[in-house]
Amino acid sequence: MAEQNESIPAQEQAAAQDPAAQKNAQLLALLHRLFGADAFTDVEEPYGLLTATTTRERIHDIIAGLQQDQELQLNFLTTMCGMHWPEKEGQELGMVYHLHSLVHNVRLRLKIFFPIADPVVPTLTDLYSTANWMEREAFDFFGIIFPGHPNLIRILNVEDMDYHPMRREYALEDGTREDKTDLFFGR
Amino acid sequence: MAVNDTLEGTHKIIEEAREQQPRINPLAPTVNDFNQELTTLNLGPTHPATHGIFQNILQMDGERIISGVPTIGYIHRAFEKIAERRPFYQITPLTDRMNYCSSPINNMGWHMTVEKLLGVEVPKRAQYMRVILMELARITDHLICNGILGVDTGAFTGFLYLMDEREKVYEIYEEVSGARLTTNMGRVGGMERDFTPVALQKLRTWLKTFPAVMQEFEKMFNRNRIFMDRVVDVGGISAERALNYGFTGPNLRAAGVDYDVRVMNPYSSYQDFDFEIPVGTKGDTYDRFMVRNEEIWQSLRIINQALENLPEGPYHADAPHYYLPPKQAVYKNMEALIYHFKIVMGEIEAPVGEVYHSVEGGNGELGFYLVSDGGRTPYRLHFRRPCFIYYQAYTEMVVGQTLSDAIVTLSSMNVIAGELDA
Repeated sequence: MAEQNESIPAQEQAAAQDPAAQKNAQLLALLHRLFGADAFTDVEEPYGLLTATTTRERIHDIIAGLQQDQELQLNFLTTMCGMHWPEKEGQELGMVYHLHSLVHNVRLRLKIFFPIADPVVPTLTDLYSTANWMEREAFDFFGIIFPGHPNLIRILNVEDMDYHPMRREYALEDGTREDKTDLFFGR
Repeated sequence: MAVNDTLEGTHKIIEEAREQQPRINPLAPTVNDFNQELTTLNLGPTHPATHGIFQNILQMDGERIISGVPTIGYIHRAFEKIAERRPFYQITPLTDRMNYCSSPINNMGWHMTVEKLLGVEVPKRAQYMRVILMELARITDHLICNGILGVDTGAFTGFLYLMDEREKVYEIYEEVSGARLTTNMGRVGGMERDFTPVALQKLRTWLKTFPAVMQEFEKMFNRNRIFMDRVVDVGGISAERALNYGFTGPNLRAAGVDYDVRVMNPYSSYQDFDFEIPVGTKGDTYDRFMVRNEEIWQSLRIINQALENLPEGPYHADAPHYYLPPKQAVYKNMEALIYHFKIVMGEIEAPVGEVYHSVEGGNGELGFYLVSDGGRTPYRLHFRRPCFIYYQAYTEMVVGQTLSDAIVTLSSMNVIAGELDA
């Protein structure tokens, strides 16, 4: 009897030692159940945050499904941003989504990658009002196009700019100028 | 539907708003009486009531707003791009200049992100010192917001009372770090220096004198008839819409959702302190004002607890590869000189990885998404700026209200242009 009593707290202790890993395992199981295991690749947990890569064909359905899911209530879009990896051929551009369940305090990071020649990603403005400006920002900085967005225009830069400045090929200084170099601006 | 920044979308919203909300004067002429003669009004970009540089092109029907298009980006400084070319220490000054009303929070948030990436453990004393400084920053942020809300409703006195207190907090910052506004006071691994006796003395004196001023300010506003007429039921947003818009911080709590990063994902020893999360019910301007007032009291509670239990010990981690050595050691000690040189020249190599770390900023969840490819600079750094997230709801919040309501709504949302544009 005594041994049993001792073993139960020990188990609880072991579970309590890494509650984040446990939550992530639950979340991953839910994701696989809802959308199928083949929907996600590169599943990892950098610094305790579950991260998975999916495809742009599925991203809208997945985020819509997570928003409506009653079990985990992953219904808060914390942030989304674009990124550019020029050396990854065929997957140069990416979008990163951070979702959060305020009820269960679980975060999830989803990523999609797509070719720079075809930078088209479904909009999330029909799910989240907050996606509106974030998508405009991603369009402004990276030139990612969101069909269905109500007002896809530049947001932080001037309207008549003809390039997308956060792409890696543009230098830190004004990319259209040739009289200045990057030499003295950081490394 | 998130179509509020197109004119068609806002027309739809106004129709709904009109049906729900009775006009102040039912005899006043309506749109139809004037054959829909509307006025276009540019509120901003430079107007004292916009609290920064951004423009709202409002369509007005008499005194009522029927639609609006916000334009931002006037002080966009490309911080995310600049950060890609800078070593971690050189990014600190950039974070200072985002929400300049509470720059220590931005600082600490950034350093905590880097510490998470590098795996640096910060000693308890430094964590408590950070908590004290972050809560001071939160108080000054709220003081500015609520003080100026008073000015926007025509009450200048409260602003003067609170600005005086903010100056005193800035003097504490000055004792701690040498700077007042853009403090740059944290370091990777802890604090730049310990609290001096003078700083602690100033802090203790301020903690004794400030509550009386705050009480007086609250007496002046909280149940003031004129003030309440201007702010109650003005610029409200429901909890559901606020969540859909990604609101965090006092603006979300005013709508009734008790989400606070300090409680949900504690950082820097916040779990050690006893404090409450004030929430509102309606999410209107009055609720936002009251939530901020109450948060000031809660922050004072936290500072008092942290000061009382301030642990002895080192104020920075023993991490010579990342923590800048003291200047005196640099003059005398070869190793310190080498580390100083390597850190200043940006020779720190970070591990490959990606980190998302968020702190409770003055006006919401301030997040840092940092992607490192193993180089000396971040490969990609994205700031989740709370102002940027919730300013897009502004149009929806003011449509159907009067121009004077739009002014107080904007100031109660605490939109800081530096953070909005980054």
